[in-house]
Amino acid sequence: MSIRILRAGLLSTIQDLGRLGYQQYGVIAGGAMDTLAHRLANILVGNREQEASLEITMLGPALQFNETRLVAICGADLNPSIDGVTVPLWKPVLIKEGSVLSFKRSTKGCRAYIAVAGGFDLPVVLGSRSTYLRAGIGGIKGRALKDGDLLKLGIPGQEVLRLLQRSTLNIKQFISLPWGIAPSILPSYESNLPVRIIAGKEAPLFTAESWKSFLNTSYKITYQSDRMGYRLEGVKLGLREPVELISEAVSFGTVQVPPDGSPIVLMVDSQTTGGYPRIAHIASVDLTLVAQAQPGDCIDFRKISLEEAQKLYIEREKQIKQLSLASTLQIGREV
Amino acid sequence: MVYVFGIYNRHNAIYILEILRLDANKAFTGKEKKLDYSLYPLGDTAVVVCFGQTIDETTHSKVKILAHYLETKPFAGFIDMVPAFTSITIFYDPICCLESTSKLKGQVRTPYQVVCQIIDETIARMDLDSMLINASRIIEIPVCYGEVYGPDLDFVAKYNKLNLDEVVAIHSEGQYLVYMLGFAPGFPYLGGMSTQIATPRKSSPRPVIPAGSVGIAGQQTGVYSIETPGGWQIIGRTPLKLFQPSLATPSLLRVGDQIRFIPISDKEFKHLEEGQA
Repeated sequence: MSIRILRAGLLSTIQDLGRLGYQQYGVIAGGAMDTLAHRLANILVGNREQEASLEITMLGPALQFNETRLVAICGADLNPSIDGVTVPLWKPVLIKEGSVLSFKRSTKGCRAYIAVAGGFDLPVVLGSRSTYLRAGIGGIKGRALKDGDLLKLGIPGQEVLRLLQRSTLNIKQFISLPWGIAPSILPSYESNLPVRIIAGKEAPLFTAESWKSFLNTSYKITYQSDRMGYRLEGVKLGLREPVELISEAVSFGTVQVPPDGSPIVLMVDSQTTGGYPRIAHIASVDLTLVAQAQPGDCIDFRKISLEEAQKLYIEREKQIKQLSLASTLQIGREV
Repeated sequence: MVYVFGIYNRHNAIYILEILRLDANKAFTGKEKKLDYSLYPLGDTAVVVCFGQTIDETTHSKVKILAHYLETKPFAGFIDMVPAFTSITIFYDPICCLESTSKLKGQVRTPYQVVCQIIDETIARMDLDSMLINASRIIEIPVCYGEVYGPDLDFVAKYNKLNLDEVVAIHSEGQYLVYMLGFAPGFPYLGGMSTQIATPRKSSPRPVIPAGSVGIAGQQTGVYSIETPGGWQIIGRTPLKLFQPSLATPSLLRVGDQIRFIPISDKEFKHLEEGQA
């Protein structure tokens, strides 16, 4: 009931949809960087969306399956294969006991999510299995995967168990099931990202020039970027006059500007509070794109209203709900 | 009127006094029924309730009261909250909030508008008179000052033209308010340090500061709750664990707590540290 980590990869961590309800104690919500890919992977294998998945980054791992399992890989293409044969993304895949799922390097996008039907049998810390690296809690002992780790798996639901019993008789190493996320709605990970933002509370404190530059010039993601935040390089942004702000909450998607004028996009592992001026906040629906961006990629910020941002949010949620229902039906039918 | 009852628990090395304070001057006068506040969005899934632009106990008590109210009576769609010096940020589920629109009179609104209305109604409904009971815990934090635990105590003393004992006396005589927890799990932002021992941050930060380290940075004092790099002047250390992930309330300190630092010896430190393990 486990997966043996033959090779851990660059940064592979267990993540789910985060710890909710503890931010007042300074405990971040955290979780998957690209929540859309994570949720879709879980939906495809019949898991709850909050179930933990394995987030892999840029250079992927090699995983040996000690048991036949239903798996889905969503997000960036890190070139998964079993015995040299390409494994498709965005589809449920039955992987036979003994197979080694191997990843290489991503070209477009940088994070992928491996969901296994039944999830991972790991301790829940403060309501979540997400790995909070800085505090050393969650996931596998609060750290990233290491070569040699044994990842214990949870038990799949009844429907999936029946599907496994029925389908694994004839497969050699793996077989992808005949459905998946429609290619037409798959995100496209480009190196120039249009990212929609709403104006931040402190936007009016910036000079008109700065606001113009922010919306009309590209900002490059530097190598000083990680799960806590992306440091951007571009036309520097300045305030009309110096200001001393009182620290308050920030969150995933907040674009803050420290005194040096180079904006920082706070990502999923950022601290709960901050004191730098917040020029903008990324619309929730575009966080998935930003989560897939790599150093060297360029962001073009585009302003929308809060009302539009929430409309987009609601539309996306409706779409995910439909996918979830469709997936449940398919799994049931396949049995 | 002040009601006091004390709970001393030496075995757990935490000395806690619970004080229930009926103090009309602290939060509101009986006449001030209307609370002054502003609302603004933090992205498309959070809203900030701001009570003012000055850091003081009166403003902060409003933050505490709303936080307490939301904790005990969360509205449908409430997800999480972050109380801060003068504001409280509320994270909500836009879908859930939209679904509750049908219960409100008026036209169809955005989730943000729905949440703002809920907050307005919540604040109006809060029984301000009963909220005058401002429960405040006093937490005593044992600290071993100087020596191996406080490598920067000498510098702080020299910088402020004091001797070591004077720095320890001034630091431990103060009573500090926990305004906010942030930066790291369980890390308190404290108000109330004497300017006599204010000292600028180190010019280059240390790569590792042990958890429990008590420091000074400018006019602030605080305790590192987890091991991190940092630039504060470290004057001592507490054996208490400020971050306790195995507990339902993972932070030893809470917003609104009053903190006192109690000087202890190296021997007592080691004894308490063993007790914590």
